[in-house]
Amino acid sequence: MSRPQSQAEYLASLLPPSVAGTQFGRRALFRGALGVAAAGSLAACGGDSGDSAADTKSATGVVTFGSNQSDEVPKAAYAKVTDQFHTANPKLTVKTNTVDHNTFQEQINSYLQGSPDDVFTWFSGFRMRFFAAKGLAGDISDIWPDMKGFSDALKTASTGDDGKQYFVPFTNYPWAIFYRKSVFADKGYQVPKTLDDLVALSKQMQKDKLAPIAFGDKDGWPAMGTFDQLNMRINGFQFHMDLMAGKKPWNGPEVKKVFDTWAGLLPYHQDASLGRTWQEAAQSLQQKKAGMYVLGMFVGQQFPKGAEQDDLDFFTFPEIDSAIGSDAIEAPIDGFMMSKRPKNEAGAKAFLKYLATPEAEGVSVAADPTVIAVNSGADTGAYSALQKKAVEFVGSAKNISQFMDRDTRPDFASNVMIPAIQTFIKNPKDIDGLVNSIEKQKQSIFATDS
Amino acid sequence: MTTTSAGTPAPAQKIRKSRRKSTWLTRGDRFWLIVLGGVPAVVVVGLIWIPALVTVGLSMTNWDGFAPLSDSKFVGLENYRQVTTNYPPFWPALQHNLIWLFVTFAIPTVLGMFIAVLLDRELRFTRVYQSAFFLPVVLSLALVGFMWQLIYSRDQGLLNAMLGLHGDRAIDWYGDSKVNLWAVLVAASWRHTGYIMLLYLAGLKAVDPSLREAAAMDGASQTRTFFSVVFPVMRPINIIVLVVTVIESLRAFDLVYVINKGRNGLEVIGALVFSNIVGEGQRIPFGSALATIMLLISLVFIVIYMVAIMREEKR
Repeated sequence: MSRPQSQAEYLASLLPPSVAGTQFGRRALFRGALGVAAAGSLAACGGDSGDSAADTKSATGVVTFGSNQSDEVPKAAYAKVTDQFHTANPKLTVKTNTVDHNTFQEQINSYLQGSPDDVFTWFSGFRMRFFAAKGLAGDISDIWPDMKGFSDALKTASTGDDGKQYFVPFTNYPWAIFYRKSVFADKGYQVPKTLDDLVALSKQMQKDKLAPIAFGDKDGWPAMGTFDQLNMRINGFQFHMDLMAGKKPWNGPEVKKVFDTWAGLLPYHQDASLGRTWQEAAQSLQQKKAGMYVLGMFVGQQFPKGAEQDDLDFFTFPEIDSAIGSDAIEAPIDGFMMSKRPKNEAGAKAFLKYLATPEAEGVSVAADPTVIAVNSGADTGAYSALQKKAVEFVGSAKNISQFMDRDTRPDFASNVMIPAIQTFIKNPKDIDGLVNSIEKQKQSIFATDS
Repeated sequence: MTTTSAGTPAPAQKIRKSRRKSTWLTRGDRFWLIVLGGVPAVVVVGLIWIPALVTVGLSMTNWDGFAPLSDSKFVGLENYRQVTTNYPPFWPALQHNLIWLFVTFAIPTVLGMFIAVLLDRELRFTRVYQSAFFLPVVLSLALVGFMWQLIYSRDQGLLNAMLGLHGDRAIDWYGDSKVNLWAVLVAASWRHTGYIMLLYLAGLKAVDPSLREAAAMDGASQTRTFFSVVFPVMRPINIIVLVVTVIESLRAFDLVYVINKGRNGLEVIGALVFSNIVGEGQRIPFGSALATIMLLISLVFIVIYMVAIMREEKR
């Protein structure tokens, strides 16, 4: 669905598709007449709504902003961002409606179908494309060329199924294998480059009375990250994305190989993972009881600021197939979208353009050192060593995935994959039964999206 | 809940009819009768029966939650087929609900009654004991979840420390699907016992003391007095406890949801309904089918209860 360029198109878009699409005649004539009238009246006003660049500059009034940043630190950071926007654009005011983080996610369906704010916080990936495809998000392709500092990968991550942009990326954080520099230095461990290296290192850690890979999957989602990494290393980025989109079978040899490889690695994972949260697992890394941890950079939140956080480092998930390599990484992007029919479209676009600037991102990133700005022009001077490394890591990646629950249908991720992966962790032997069950459930869920 | 409120409009209407024949009602009387009978009826129909019927209806469609409802197709019992054949958590959930029901009857009901009998004997500090046993019932759920987490945590918990289980021998009370249901049932029983105790205490206070005196005069022991005289007299309380227990175990949801969202050994139907209906991962028709199954199971107990109550009234 493209955004209507004129009042006539807008009115036409209100017709149900069954009427507007199939019948030509009275209604089409009516629409044509409206178009002529609208064009005439607009010409008389001297404005042209088609030229959005002019629009955003002359925009005035209030822009409403729905934010899920309910925690104190990011909330204050967002307030600072909107204040600065107001200073730069005195004619525009941003009215922020902050909703509790989890509630915002839970209610996104009804929120977007009701009367959403002009601009709202959301995530990249399928989670973005899903709402764009349902016609619940505003097309911002026209202002995308004005946004500087976004790589092609970021543009792809902001593009809907119809090839138009619906998303402004803001911050992200990579997933990788995290470890403590001091532990590796003390024991003389080397960063593993291949799967064999990883297994050899894990065996050495077990001899040294360390749990090689910290693991906690009580909440169900953290183990998805391990699956994503393995699948991208074994079957490549494109297969991973197709699998997430429901285009490839789960019971084929490719996915079986992923689970087989994982089953081989499970003995090196911390046991009893289904009763442990990611925070508890992160603490075992922090307390030097575990050697490595496959997680997002937010693992740093469990490390005291200062020397302990500086001791944290990471490396990419090792290569498994040399033909595929290891340059596809996982780095979920958080950002903003515009609602389908904003009350102040010009203002919303002006605000989104501002949010895409390095300055706006800088304010947010300074508040939370476990995320990085996505704009290549962002000032990295105040970054911690970890943040600097993350910037380079994300910047040099060939392909970036978003995480399973952002790359596939939310109902499939939470209702099928979480129980399935937990079943696998409990019983890694019955892989055939597992993948057949996933595939059958996938077919029933993806079939509803006709 | 459903049964008691659903019952209210019917007697009101009966009264209205019978009175109309015998006495002349003023306009005001009639107005109030209509309001007092009508408002509960509208509330019950609007908040309980219409949503319930809509749920049953939705469970037979393929509505995606976004498109207009008119675009969705009628798929008959397809969702029910999916639930029973293609949804691994369903059968464990049903089984866990049944286990929950039996355990809630076996432990908190018996224990609650026993504590109530002891406390009814006017012990010293009886009020302190009463408060202590009732406290879990009033605590907020988040707090209950947190307290038991401190006890059950594998690496840092009290229970493993007290049992001297460390390292590989430590029991993963919440994470191991062989033990976590029983661990949760202990927590749920701990919470439910106080409630049952309070209900029985109220019931025991209502028993006429002369009954006990008479039994004592006849030479009955205290145990005999309780089971042959006191317990049967408390029939209304027993029925309330029965209903409360059945409802409590059918809607078992909150504790497991706080612990791990009702997965990995803690599946119960209530949690499955919730995770399929609420939030981003919603599959409304599928969740509705689960909810309808839950409604059918509840109806079995409600019918038993209604039959028992009506027999009582006839006598």
